[in-house]
Parts: sequence; C-alpha cells; structure tokens
Amino acid sequence: MADKVYITGIGIISAIGNNVENLEKSLLAERSGIGEISLFPSIHKGKIPLAEVKLSNQQLVELCGAKSDRFLTRTSLLGMIAAREALVKSGVNLEDGYKTGLISATTVGGMDRSEGFFHKYISNPAKGRLRDIVNHDCGDSTERIAQFSGISDFVTTISTACSSSANSLMLGARLIKSGVLDRVIAGGTDSVTRFTLNGFNTLMILDKEGCKPFDENRAGLTIGEGAAFLVLESEELVKKMNKNVLAEFTGYGNANDAYHQTASSPEGKGAMLAMFKALQVSGLNPSNISYINVHGTGTQNNDLSEGIAIEKIFGSAIPPFSSTKSFTGHTLGASGAIEAVISILAMKNHCLFPNLNWTTPMKELSMQPIKKIMKNVEVNHVLSNSFGFGGNNSTLILSKP
Amino acid sequence: MAYINGIGLISAQNTLNPDVFLEPVMEQTSAYMKCLDPVYKEYLDPIQTRRMSRLIKMGIVSARMCLSDANCAIPDSIITGTGIGSVEDTEKILGELSKEEKFLNPTPFIQSTYNTISSQIAINLKCHGYNSTYVHRSFSFESSLQDALLQLQEGIAANVLVGGIDEMTMNHLNITRKLGQWKMNPAHNLSLRKTMTPGALAGEGVGFFLLSSVRGNRYYATVPGAETIYKPKSLDELDNRTTSFLSEYGLKKDDIDIILAGVAGDITWDFLYDDYALKVFPGKPVSWFKHLSGEYYTATTFALWLASNILKRQVYPEIIRVNDILPSRIQNILIYNHFRGVNHSLILIKR
Repeated sequence: MADKVYITGIGIISAIGNNVENLEKSLLAERSGIGEISLFPSIHKGKIPLAEVKLSNQQLVELCGAKSDRFLTRTSLLGMIAAREALVKSGVNLEDGYKTGLISATTVGGMDRSEGFFHKYISNPAKGRLRDIVNHDCGDSTERIAQFSGISDFVTTISTACSSSANSLMLGARLIKSGVLDRVIAGGTDSVTRFTLNGFNTLMILDKEGCKPFDENRAGLTIGEGAAFLVLESEELVKKMNKNVLAEFTGYGNANDAYHQTASSPEGKGAMLAMFKALQVSGLNPSNISYINVHGTGTQNNDLSEGIAIEKIFGSAIPPFSSTKSFTGHTLGASGAIEAVISILAMKNHCLFPNLNWTTPMKELSMQPIKKIMKNVEVNHVLSNSFGFGGNNSTLILSKP
Repeated sequence: MAYINGIGLISAQNTLNPDVFLEPVMEQTSAYMKCLDPVYKEYLDPIQTRRMSRLIKMGIVSARMCLSDANCAIPDSIITGTGIGSVEDTEKILGELSKEEKFLNPTPFIQSTYNTISSQIAINLKCHGYNSTYVHRSFSFESSLQDALLQLQEGIAANVLVGGIDEMTMNHLNITRKLGQWKMNPAHNLSLRKTMTPGALAGEGVGFFLLSSVRGNRYYATVPGAETIYKPKSLDELDNRTTSFLSEYGLKKDDIDIILAGVAGDITWDFLYDDYALKVFPGKPVSWFKHLSGEYYTATTFALWLASNILKRQVYPEIIRVNDILPSRIQNILIYNHFRGVNHSLILIKR
C-alpha cells in the first residue's frame, strides 16, 4: 500500500511539439498549434481548422524507430512516441522487479485506418485490406504501445469520451495506492479521423475561426490530435530508487452529470462533484489551488456549465485559469493527459500559460481567463478538468513535490 | 468482500427470468449466437427509446433487470466493459462517410462513443457517482470487475453496478471472419466441440452484476478477485500466475472445485484450455459455456452468471461438463478464459 503517488516522467506529442521540450517552447512563446488543415485529407481543408501533429505517418514511424507502419495506426504511433519519451525521461528500467502497468485511453482507437477499409468494403464486401481493420478496436493501440515499450504485467484501456485519459491517470494512481502495481504508465492517444471531425461538424460545434474558450463569442471547439503519457510511481519505489520527482499526484475525482448524452447540465452538477471529490482526496481547500487548467472546449454549453461549477466550488476567490486547448486543440481521449503534462510544466516553469484567442468576457460569468503568459508565479497545486460526452466528468490535482 | 446481490443477463439462453436456470437449453444453428431480445417496452418508454440502437436498449434493460433482482434503486458507481462498443451506430456513420465526407444525422455519432451505455444508465437512474468504461478486447469486463472490486475495497462505494456489453452485426461478422476469428459456416451450438473446425462460434450478450459490500436477500455468490494476464510466455507462467492469484485469497489450486473454461470449439486455440486443465488442474471437473453463449469479448459475463447460479443452486449441469469428473462439493469456481491466446483472464467466485 502506497500513501503517495509521484509523477517521475512525462512524454507528449501534439500540434505544438513532438516532445516535451518543443511543447514547452511553444507554450512559453504563446504559439498555438491550431491552423489550416495541412496533412489530413479532408473536404474541410481551408474551412475548418485543426490542431494537427505536423508529421506524416511515415515520419512518425521514423521518429519512433518502428519497423514500418504496415500494422500501425496513427493513434498507435502517437502513443508509442509519447510513452517512450515518458519512460526514458523517468529513467525506468522495466527489469527492476517492480510491477509495471500500462493504462491507455482513446476515443476511436484505430478508426483512422478502419474508415479507409470500410470505404472499400461497403462497395464490395470482398474488398478492403485486412491490415486496415485488424487494429480497429481500442485495445489494439494499447497493446502496440505495450509491445513497443516492453510492458506486460498489466494492460488495459479506458474510453469515456473526452475524459478518457484523466480516468486512465486516476486508475493508475488507485492501483498504486492499493498496492496492485508499483508503477503505471498512464495516458492516452487519439488521431484526427474523418469519423470524429465530421461527427462534431454534424453537431455544429466546430469553431471555423479556431476555438475561443470562455469567450462570449465562442463558437465551438477545434479538433486536435496527440498523445501524452505520465510515469506514476509509488512512494516506496521513488524513495528506494532515489528518483527525481516532477509532481505529486494528490487528487482525483470522477462523477457523472447524469443529465444528457451530449449536453452538460445548466448547474454543472457533474463538474462540481468531480472537483469536489478531487479536493477531498487531496485534502486541499479550494484556496490552496494555484491554477485551474479548465476543460474549456470553447463550446457554448461546456464553458458555461464548467464556469458555473467553478464559481460554486471557488466562490469569489477563483484562481487564475486557462484552457490550453487554444494551443493544442481538443485532443479528445488524449486531452486529460496532455493537460496534466502542461500543468506539470506550469509548476516547473513557475508560469501560467494563457487562454489564447480570448477577448470578451462571458455575460453569465464573473470570471476571466489568463490573457497573457504569467511569469514568476508560485504554482503549488494545479486542478485540471476533463469532461466528456455522456456526462463523464473527471478532475485531477497535481502538486509541487 | 464483494457479494453478487443481483444479475441481469441478456444472452442467447433464456436468462431473462432470474428464476429459470437453463430450462430449456436453447439450441440454434446459425452464423452467430444472437441474443433473445427482451420485450423492450416492458422496461423502456418507446417514445424515449425510438432513436436508441439495440445495444443501448439491451444495456439499459439488463442494468434495470440487475438492479431489480438486487432490489437496489440506485448504485454508487457504474462501470462497463465493451470490446467493440456500438457496432451498429459506428457502421451507420462509416457507411454514410464512404459516400461523401459528411453525414446528416448526429444520433449515431453520439451513440457510437464507447461510454454511451454506462452514461445512458447513469442518466436513466440519475446516478451521479463514479462512471467509467473499459475497452480492452477480452479484458474489457475483467478490468471493469477489477475497478469495481477496488471501489468496494477503497470504501468509495457500497454498491457497484458492473457489466459487459457486446453486440454482433452481419457486417462485423463478415469482416472479423476474414481475420480468422469465426467459423466459415453456420454451426449447431450444442455440437460445437464436434465440428473440429477452426474459428469460434461468434456471439453477443449483455450482462450486469450488482456487487455489494453487504450481503443482500437474493445474494448469489462472492467474487474475491479477477486477474488479467497479457501474453503469457508459457504454460508455466499461467500456472504460476494462477497459484499466486489464488493465494491472494488464501486458496490453493486444490481448493478449486470446478474450472469453467472459455473453450470456444475452435481447433486453432482450444488446445490452450486442454493444456491448462491438464497441467494446472489435473483431475478436476472442467466445464465450458461458449456453446451456450457464443464467443465475444465480454463473454465472461455469461460465465459469471453461470458460476453464480451453480454456486447458489448447488447444481453442476450436465450440459456444461467437459470431462466426467464430478465435484465433491461446490464451493469455489475459477473462470479461465482467453481470446486467441493473447488476453488471458481469471475470475474467482466463491459460495
């Protein structure tokens, strides 16, 4: 049984950087990854922006040193790159006798290839390349990452829409605290697919100018892609191996809004419960929180509901907050882990990253996000929200070690 | 301690009535073992459900059946597992997208997310508690079960609704058959082990269980633990993992009275079950269930229903016996399953 869970390594790939250092540079330079579609083949090119990882699958293969992309989806490749960086950064030796698990998260798994298969199959059921469908299910990318990284003690995959990887981190911490595992590589991965891009487009919640979270004139989200993994280790392991600690994973909460499949409740009940539970687990008061990395998708509904919930939890003393989806786009199943990495970088750099594209306060709320990067700030405890379709709401709290 | 206080199972067997146990055993000769659909309007308002796909309706009804069996109004947590989620909705979108890059109806997209059933149950019950969905092949239900047991152990929840959900469609069957997963021709379910052909008989099913920290009136059995074993390197590793898994609950291999194995009638992979039974549990009663349920990623929900009823009723049905050995008592059952040799799992059920 472990009392504390520490984060000892992080790895990331996103529209603002193919590794932690590049991402950090983009954040510090306030450089967004949202832009016109460049790689992804789509009729929406020039009309709907995306936050793409600006590398082709072949380039991703070269970056991670895989043999070929014959059986690898983009989702797998992104995940493999981020997971390996996290393991290397943490200095993990998988042969050290500690029990290690891999918990990944994704919303559509290998859809990037299976939609190509289906296209051929539907006109002629004898057609379609089998290697494009064999990796359709969500477990495939996790097992590819596990094989690539050499993790085999425990593997599983979570899919709770846009809170997926917040839940994989939460499960990782719980498995370490209960003594089931000593170390967990937890995070998530998602690539842009026609399935999701057109799905959100049908719901009419894609902002044609790029997302403007918490702005009065926000018009929806911007789809992004990427992956992030964090190495969670038990207190005992960290002490015995004298590991360098990036953050303590102090709190987590998961609740359901139980209101509507795609809309958040007007009073933000699920969001409030998730934040409340996370604070309770951490033993912290709302006043201890230095910064909130909000879910902040940029949709009318989310930002209002989340804002109301934050006002209820924090009252008149709302900490500085921002939605870094204005940098990375909404990376769906990966977003919880990507934002956990960004939260750790905020603590490390003593600075708070802004909510780009924000100009006008929301009428219904008294709160306003961080407009310009704030430097030389003591960032001790970060609260990060991830909310998903189906009212699956999760909150994480990360603390300075 | 985790008590199974209620079960709701929709399967190819007559499992809709909790008072009936495999009477009669349902037979079919088919491409896949289709579930016997409940009369949905007995549980759900047809106006509310007119746009719901079949899997979602099955999920909500099965969860309702389970809660009513357990006499529980609202659980503290809801956890589901699904290997492939809502196939019907996903195919609708992919079908439309293959014509041109747009589709008009958002409903299939909304319903296609893997957590739809877990959240629809929460909405249906107004349950604000912990809610999660596992999507890892034949670990999907086992991971859910592990999470549920952890919740009870942590004291976060006293009643956890945990389930497994998977459907089959003709398209999905055709596609995955090409991958060698299923038999090429329709098979008679009760003659499955006599076919001696490669591929399993595909199936589908939805099963929910109410796991509670306190024993209820309709209590079936207890579930001390579940274990997933990813790509074991050898039979020895499986043997060692089984021994250490059982020892966590103070048991030895000899304490297991019945092995309920995931034998699928697939000559390519079934040898692993034979080897396991011979090496790990020689001389023990071995039984199977996939001739009753078909094979699907969350088929162990059917096995857990079966084991729970065996323990509660203290009967060892002839229809499930693989060997002629009879148990001297029915106290501990071990479910051992694997999907095509990669994802192996163990579930322990006690009287």
